[in-house]
Amino acid sequence: MRGEVLFNTDRCKGCSLCVHACPVHILALDTTRVNAVGYNPAYCFDMSKCIACTNCATMCPDTVITVKRLDI
Amino acid sequence: MTVVFKKTKGLTDAPFSYCPGCTHGIIHRLVAECLEELDLLDHSVAIASVGCSVMSYEYFNCDAIQAAHGRAPAVATGVKRVHPEKIVFTYQGDGDLASIGTAEIVQAAHRGENITVIFVNNAIYGMTGGQMAPTTLPNQVTTTSPRGRDVSKTGEPIKMSELMATIPGATYIERVMTADPLSVRKAKRAIKKAFQYQKENKGFSMIEVLSSCNIGWGLSPNDALQYIKNEMASYFPLGVYKDKGV
Repeated sequence: MRGEVLFNTDRCKGCSLCVHACPVHILALDTTRVNAVGYNPAYCFDMSKCIACTNCATMCPDTVITVKRLDI
Repeated sequence: MTVVFKKTKGLTDAPFSYCPGCTHGIIHRLVAECLEELDLLDHSVAIASVGCSVMSYEYFNCDAIQAAHGRAPAVATGVKRVHPEKIVFTYQGDGDLASIGTAEIVQAAHRGENITVIFVNNAIYGMTGGQMAPTTLPNQVTTTSPRGRDVSKTGEPIKMSELMATIPGATYIERVMTADPLSVRKAKRAIKKAFQYQKENKGFSMIEVLSSCNIGWGLSPNDALQYIKNEMASYFPLGVYKDKGV
């Protein structure tokens, strides 16, 4: 794991722009949950593949995402 | 673990009122990040316009005024002349800037006011329900052009960056887009340069940002980004149209 993405889930509007921006395809909308504003929020299903590129956070229109990079 | 991306201090905690996938949120964040990185947040004044971004004074973490429709550059002129040490910027959509506010934007540039204009072009009147705007593309379907924009009756879409670049008083005019992570990062560089120029008293700057209105266009958020890249960017070419500041 080289990075970690954290979601402020209750701000997410489920637009899925982060899902399409992710180069390693580890994001999806969680269709089993509904957040406080009534959307299926985005989540990461395989954090071990995250490369901390920040593409997801760059494309998020609602500043939902925080990205951390592993110190080497 | 080092935090490499987090929400900027330039935005308040108020959730955006924009539709899911609307790139207004991205452009708000870019403006706020630039102000924070240039250490301008404490002495900036935002001029909100009329349109979807009418509530932007709730979101920028700096002082703000909400101007009458299209008149944001005139209000910005007043604020800047009274407080020349402040960083003054307007945040306007295409209905506001390219239609009702054409006189104000052209004359503010003509006078060479030292302000920054963020012009969000999504080719439609989003807030009022997706009507045809002056920037609507030829044959684009909107609620007031259900068979597509007929250029023989309504004219060709207005190209504001090209128009503004012909005005001698303007300093920096660039068109960018928010279609993918790369273009968003390029847009941020342009916005930052515009604020830097204002800080250095170099004069009027306008950044036109090609944005999406997925609800108004009737597309999914991701398809709307592809529409910006494939359709809008081919009619509205990206690039620096004028840069007298170098």
